[in-house]
Amino acid sequence: MEKASFRKAFGEALVEVGAANSNVVVLVADVSSSVMTDYFAEKFPERFFNIGIQEAGMVDVAVGFALSGMIPFINTFAGLFLRTVEQVRTCVSYANTNVKIVGGYAGLSDFKDGPTHHSIMDIAVFRSMPDIVIVGPADATEVKKILPLIAEHEGPCYLRISRADTPLVFDENHKVEIGKGVIIKEGSDVTLIGNGVMVYRCLEASKILEREGIGCRVINIHTIKPIDRELVKDSAEKTGCIVTVEEHSIIGGLGSAVAEVLCDVHPVPLERVGIKDKFAETGPDFETLLDAHGMAVDDIVRAVKLALERKERR
Amino acid sequence: MIHHSESLIFDLEEKARKLRVEALEMIHRRGQGHPGGSLSIAEIIAALFFHHLKIDPENPSWEERDRFILSKGHACATLYVALAYRGFFPVEELKTWGHLNSRLQGHPDRLKTPGIEMTSGFLGHGLAIGAGICLAARLKGFKYHTYVLLGDGECQAGILWEGAMTAGKYRLSNLTAILDYNDVQLDGPVHEIMPLEPLREKWRSFNFEVIEINGHNMREILDSLDMVLEIHDRPQVIIAHTTKGKGVSFMENDAFWHGRAPDDEQFVKAKAELLKEES
Repeated sequence: MEKASFRKAFGEALVEVGAANSNVVVLVADVSSSVMTDYFAEKFPERFFNIGIQEAGMVDVAVGFALSGMIPFINTFAGLFLRTVEQVRTCVSYANTNVKIVGGYAGLSDFKDGPTHHSIMDIAVFRSMPDIVIVGPADATEVKKILPLIAEHEGPCYLRISRADTPLVFDENHKVEIGKGVIIKEGSDVTLIGNGVMVYRCLEASKILEREGIGCRVINIHTIKPIDRELVKDSAEKTGCIVTVEEHSIIGGLGSAVAEVLCDVHPVPLERVGIKDKFAETGPDFETLLDAHGMAVDDIVRAVKLALERKERR
Repeated sequence: MIHHSESLIFDLEEKARKLRVEALEMIHRRGQGHPGGSLSIAEIIAALFFHHLKIDPENPSWEERDRFILSKGHACATLYVALAYRGFFPVEELKTWGHLNSRLQGHPDRLKTPGIEMTSGFLGHGLAIGAGICLAARLKGFKYHTYVLLGDGECQAGILWEGAMTAGKYRLSNLTAILDYNDVQLDGPVHEIMPLEPLREKWRSFNFEVIEINGHNMREILDSLDMVLEIHDRPQVIIAHTTKGKGVSFMENDAFWHGRAPDDEQFVKAKAELLKEES
């Protein structure tokens, strides 16, 4: 399967967004060649601001831009945005400023630099803040499709961008709408709800399960907040059990968001695949690290079987 | 430099007195608030809102208006009084401060209160936000000026210096920080809790032009506000030496009055002191 780079797709899409709207400005905290905002810098130097290693200050400078009617995209590693939690809470979420926070090197994708550089709780933290839209695209195609929508959306967003090259799930005909989940394939026994780079692994798991006669509905939830409640409810009703799959702690991320919907509207057995309340470690490559820390295709298959057992016991 | 007339000075000093009396009245009525730092900024707020700022209460979002951010948001009672008397909202509404459904929050809220540029409360944000506003003005070709009123305790926050560094890097000459240097913070004297000195040198080393004034002397305030408009190559800070709790003898220089409302008896005494200066 063809692979493509998330961050390259992001860097290119950002240039397009900047070309389409002269109010778009880009701020970065000294990592422009890593998160590929250097494309934007080259094309629109007057709208590019390297603020240095001051992530908290970068948030506030962006707030100033937003107050002046501009659309700032602020960039650093996702894990470093945890340094800015109060700035984001007070000046972006509470003050409702139109700041687009782009967490690069999300999840375990900076496999080589270890847990200091991983980001496995960013969604949990920002999801608790009112009015922030949270998006984690599934592949490079989706990054390109969704970035213009994020620029158009009036209000704060947190966008998660992987460092990895991952298989393309979608082609150019892919349709994206903020807040709407995407059914990639239908099946009646279980629903796999994936996010980000794990969507591809959900599809791989579904192929193994189908060979065993287990039909999987596979859903891509690119918008974790606001989550597509209707689609989660529909899946619970139609398949009777759900497995969530995320490259994030199972506390506070996609799994929690789905659990909250299920509790409210249609409780069914739910298994959550992700990082189980621990830190990962440094790895030789991204895929190996995912495999070693609970996010292997086999982990998804096992979780599905557990969910099915629980469903049958009901 | 423009010579400010005696009558203007007198008028603004009277405005400052009014701000003090009414801000303290708000704090007393509510039984909550921050009298010390609200009293120390009265002359600065009077000079800005009743003379210096280019603002239009009829059109609070006029794109070319000057921007003012109260980074030390806890002193908002004084700002609310100024905004009300400038016509951003009815004076009567000051009585709703802290009530449910009031547009006047415990700390400034840009979404609720006309004339509030930016939500503030937790300290340290104003300067970096002001830097962003100035960078946007530069891109859009606007000439407006941005003023950020800082507390001194706030200068202990690292993020404030992040903002200062950014303002210095981009030589944001349309950005002026005004520092309410009353040397008292919640827990005690600033020079004991976490000293700021040498402060002038700190700001200079961050590429700011530094002007030091007596923050209760109206002529010095007005002159400094004129002076910053003549500086075209760097941001400026006006270090305004002030007295926390200024005008109320038992509140002056006492950290006890950082965040505590006067009781009935104390308020009567304070008000009498503030008004007595008239005679």
